[in-house]
Amino acid sequence: MEKVKVGIIGPGNIGQDLMIKLRRSKYLKLACVVNIKESEGLDKARELGIDASAEGIDYLINNHKNNIKIVFDCTSAPAHLINAPKLKEAGMFVVDLTPAALGPYCVPAVNMDENLLKSDNVNMVTCAGQANVPIVSAINKAADVVYAEVVSSISSKSAGPGTRANIDEFTVTTRTALEELGGADKAKVIIVLNPAEPPILMRNTIYTKVKNPDLNKIKEAAFEAAKTVQQYVPGYRFLLEPIIEDDIVTTMVEVEGLGDYLPKYSGNLDIITAAAVNIAEKKAQLMGGIK
Amino acid sequence: MSRIFITDTTLRDGSHTVSHKFNPEDVKKIVSALDAAGIDIIEVGHGDGLTGSSINYGFGDHTDFEIIQAASSIIKNSKLAVLLIPGIGTVEDLKKAKECGITAIRIATHVTEADVSAQHIREAKRMGLFTVGFLMMAHMADVHTLVEEAKKMESYGADVVYCTDSAGAMLPVHVQEKISALVKNLSVPIGHHSHNNLGLAIGNSLAAVEAGATYIDGSLSGLGAGAGNTATDLLVAVFNKMGYEHKADLFKTMDASTNALIPVLEAKGIKTNTNLDTMILGYAGSYSSFLLHARRAAERFGVDIRDILIECGNRKAVGGQEDWIIEIASDLAKLKNN
Repeated sequence: MEKVKVGIIGPGNIGQDLMIKLRRSKYLKLACVVNIKESEGLDKARELGIDASAEGIDYLINNHKNNIKIVFDCTSAPAHLINAPKLKEAGMFVVDLTPAALGPYCVPAVNMDENLLKSDNVNMVTCAGQANVPIVSAINKAADVVYAEVVSSISSKSAGPGTRANIDEFTVTTRTALEELGGADKAKVIIVLNPAEPPILMRNTIYTKVKNPDLNKIKEAAFEAAKTVQQYVPGYRFLLEPIIEDDIVTTMVEVEGLGDYLPKYSGNLDIITAAAVNIAEKKAQLMGGIK
Repeated sequence: MSRIFITDTTLRDGSHTVSHKFNPEDVKKIVSALDAAGIDIIEVGHGDGLTGSSINYGFGDHTDFEIIQAASSIIKNSKLAVLLIPGIGTVEDLKKAKECGITAIRIATHVTEADVSAQHIREAKRMGLFTVGFLMMAHMADVHTLVEEAKKMESYGADVVYCTDSAGAMLPVHVQEKISALVKNLSVPIGHHSHNNLGLAIGNSLAAVEAGATYIDGSLSGLGAGAGNTATDLLVAVFNKMGYEHKADLFKTMDASTNALIPVLEAKGIKTNTNLDTMILGYAGSYSSFLLHARRAAERFGVDIRDILIECGNRKAVGGQEDWIIEIASDLAKLKNN
């Protein structure tokens, strides 16, 4: 199968991490990177021999119209609202890594199915969503979650200016995904930035209040979910396996990154870029199959 | 020296002590006493700020919005505030709090993370709220970092920026150094919030004012997380002795502790060893062993022990003159009955 051509809009932290991950992909080939101004990310792309332009999304669409099939949007929620219709018109499948949430939420370990792949735009929620929804969803299936609460701590260094300026969007989008995709009747999300040096790994404490407190079933489901995530994020692991008190299950996972663009402490970056590559590869395989 | 503005956080930081279980009736009682005492800003709500009610921090029996409504229904002169920690509370929550009656908001971040407060501070200002930036765990940052972060909050529109000693870890010398740097580099007023973990809360509050801070936090009887905050009662007493200008009434503040807060705590089975009478010994400069004698005399003659001890100070009684107490109590009783 010929590799499917993909493009990146916005080569910041996320976009540059994707550039590295895409080089390893068996199904995807990066063909174009665009930004709205000259930047380090564009220089990196040129070094790799990739077509790179500071003329933004229009350059990508005009020059790669029938070439690029999948686009990763790594800009910001407001920018994505402008980009999305243009990409749709150009017939490009969009993997949205902003919290715009125009398309359906996608957490590969939870809802990777044909339906999702049929839409023209999928949203990658947030890093906290990618890290926590799989466990909440698994516990929900095993024990029926009435309330899920997540405390995600990330190192200050790995929280970019976009996250910082829009922390509310981050918590709200994560919460909605825990309810809609994770199946919790109600959810709460707490985000803590920790400036410790050396930087801490992304750490998630997941509390769930359940209807059927069968710990063995819960553990089994949680382990299974973690295994699925580990297929695309190898550094995803339990810090505390599920324990229970009354009807409240507590478990903790940490995420160590691959150290592609940012060092290993930035597992929060990896988990969303790895998930994005994962769905793009599934889409590419489907495209190959149709052909 | 400009006037000092006191923020009382009994019903917010003190919520930690009661596991966030103040109910609307408790809130009304205490807010009304603080309001009558002339406290500038009264802060209420979950100890971890707006919508802090959670498994992680502990659930309250009532939502912050119910608590705000209760406070708002009774407050007359003071500003009514809540705390909001971005990452826990959101702008949506802030809007709801405004509808329920807050007139001020304190937006808190870790001392190195001020930029996550930008959207909340800007939105609060747009809503017309008096907006305080609250830099927590200030002991963890050096002076330069603290100033840079505080300037960010100022640039978003904060009306006041606080140096918050959340761990009660600062010494007066640190407070002096940090507050003076903030006063020098910012044009908005600077505040200080202390915890008494090292027994330095009141000393640190004084150091802060001496260094130029004009917003100081306290809580009735020092109720608050850890060893508690600076007692508002102590603040008022000491500020009076220092001759600082402020709006609080000493006896009414003490009454808020004794008659409003303590019964609420006792009803929850929380024992307190608050002894405000001893504070008056220091306030009046009365010989310490006068305490028990004055207490007996107050009961015998039906007068306020505080008036006895203050009068002992005024008459310049010295050690050994316990007999004067009887005379003073009797004089006060006559005055009262006339």
